[in-house]
Amino acid sequence: MALGPNTLREMLHTMQTIRRFEERASDDYHAGKIYGVVHCYIGEEAIATGVCGALRDGDQIISTHRGHGHCIAKGADLDRMMAELYGRRDGYCKGKGGSMHIADFEKGMLGANGIVAGGISIVTGAALAAKMEGKGGVAVSFFGDGASAAGPFHECMNIAAAWKLPILYVCENNGYAAQTPASTTLARGGEVAVRAAAYGIPGVVVDGNDIFAIHEAAEKAVARARAGEGPTLIECRTYRWRAHTERKGQPDYRPPEEIAAWKAAGKDPIARLVDHLKAKHGFTDAEWQEMDRQILDRIEQSCRFAEKSPFPAPEEALDDVFAA
Amino acid sequence: MREITYAQAGLEAVQEEMRRDGKVFYMSTDAILPLVKEFGEERMRATPIAESTMTGMSIGAAGSGFRPICDWRQVTFCFVAMDQIVNQAAKITYMFGGQQKFPIVYRAAVGGGGRLAAQHSQSPYSMFMNMSGLKIILPSTPRDLKGLLKSAIRDNNPVISFEGNRLLAMKGAVPEADADETIPIGKAEVKRQGKDVTVVALAWAVHETLAAAETLAKEGISVEVVDPRTIAPLDVETIRESVRKTGRLVIADEAGPVCGASAEIATLATEDPATFKALKAPVKRVCALFVPIPYSPGLEDHVFPDRNKIADGIRAVVKA
Ligand SMILES: Cc1ncc(C[n+]2csc(CCOP(=O)(O)OP(=O)(O)O)c2C)c(N)n1
Ligand SMILES: [Mg+2]
Repeated sequence: MALGPNTLREMLHTMQTIRRFEERASDDYHAGKIYGVVHCYIGEEAIATGVCGALRDGDQIISTHRGHGHCIAKGADLDRMMAELYGRRDGYCKGKGGSMHIADFEKGMLGANGIVAGGISIVTGAALAAKMEGKGGVAVSFFGDGASAAGPFHECMNIAAAWKLPILYVCENNGYAAQTPASTTLARGGEVAVRAAAYGIPGVVVDGNDIFAIHEAAEKAVARARAGEGPTLIECRTYRWRAHTERKGQPDYRPPEEIAAWKAAGKDPIARLVDHLKAKHGFTDAEWQEMDRQILDRIEQSCRFAEKSPFPAPEEALDDVFAA
Repeated sequence: MREITYAQAGLEAVQEEMRRDGKVFYMSTDAILPLVKEFGEERMRATPIAESTMTGMSIGAAGSGFRPICDWRQVTFCFVAMDQIVNQAAKITYMFGGQQKFPIVYRAAVGGGGRLAAQHSQSPYSMFMNMSGLKIILPSTPRDLKGLLKSAIRDNNPVISFEGNRLLAMKGAVPEADADETIPIGKAEVKRQGKDVTVVALAWAVHETLAAAETLAKEGISVEVVDPRTIAPLDVETIRESVRKTGRLVIADEAGPVCGASAEIATLATEDPATFKALKAPVKRVCALFVPIPYSPGLEDHVFPDRNKIADGIRAVVKA
């Protein structure tokens, strides 16, 4: 289905919200309001947005350590996200999880995960549940190129293919696992989608900075999954703009020219969509500035919400070990 | 003696042993640059994120004449490798009747305090103590780390080196390379002499206990601090000897209490009749609360022991 101008504007809004959220998370991390570690999704916004745009309510996704973008794209509330980053009681996890562990089960967002490849089998289980429910639900596993080297990836591809589970395996191939280039640790120099052939399922490579290509591939895979035909592996070639984490002194050994090339307008997934909207749908600079201003306001509001929320009382550390 | 950080001491131990023995090589999901520079990418191998496989390949390489160092980074990342650790590495020497040696060092950072939440803040060393066939070092100072890691690399068995996240930046005196100092695995050290109470403290808790001991000295309580330094094997004699002298035992550990190293230490100390007879008060443990580690600073600090909680524990035992 071709994407209409309204949908495209919504997608732009989502992508820019992710970017501005990450910028703020980074700033507030360096200002000492957010603790621990933050992994930014900047540069990869089109993937979560394009894939989640092909889902409906009730479909489920799982994320990684780099999870803010997936949360936002699946409709998570910015206030509760920011409050979690600030370690406050009104955060999604009541301050227990922080950046690496935001989940919104009501929205079908089964959680960010601190363990590389740790989510892949969980969401494959969600796909099994969807199949057993028989209501056409679909699941999506987001994971990195690094995770594609881990056992769970291969085990899940096999079982999902064998059982025709309704799931999309979406590899966000940004070329690196922390400091290590995918070309040095993955077979075939870092290609991931080709492996699908071994499991007899479709494997597609898309430009991970092209919202159209991603959305189209996701729609096709979702239709296949809903029709009971099984999983699809989608490899999105992309790049992270920032260092692996926001930690001070975090090394980034990637060549500066490489980073610059991926940030250029022709590669930036957001600039590309803005250009398209301007060229094809009469989107103006003024409208773009207004959209951005509203997004910044919304994020500012989420920070105020987070500031106002209290820190949990120390004894609350003992709550929620078990369900009631 | 010059002072270097705990992290630097660990690196020096590896460098010196890699220079000494061409069969030593290193695997980690991220390359350690000084090792790449000195030894090349063949001996400092950046691996895929596949800890289970790295852990198993270490066994195979060790059984084939090499001396691999497999760096899990955070201990958290070794849980995907539990089969290779528990079913394979820990049992392979015994099960095959001692036919072959498996000299492997697994390195893993443990502990919390970094606001990293439950998955990245763990001190599960007692899980591994539960497996016979694994040696485990748990050094608290740069000097201990360097000396013990060198011994671990020279040992002909799988040795796990648990290294404190909170200790990485800590500085301490460490002998130069030419001293080639090694510290034997299985030998505790009394880190402070005292006469009223013995505190057996592990890793980071050693430093918190030393701080508590300073405070308590002003209150007239004389604290002896024993650092086991290695927990498998555990130097129980040094612990018992100290307890027989002071008549009181507190155990301070950043890990949780349940089936912990602290539980083992308490049992080993008190099931010895002479040590039991010397006790003037019940044994006390000051450990983390029994929950996963939460993210928010106030929650995390509530869960972990610190110098104040350790001092309170010591006071309670002295007054009992
Ligand atoms: C099992 C495991 N091993 C190691 C790590 C440490 N770690 C965190 S993120 C990361 C790199 C992940 O790379 P990739 O899957 O490509 O995701 P990206 O960060 O590029 O989005 C590593 C090694 C971990 N979290 N879990
Ligand atoms: Mg990656």
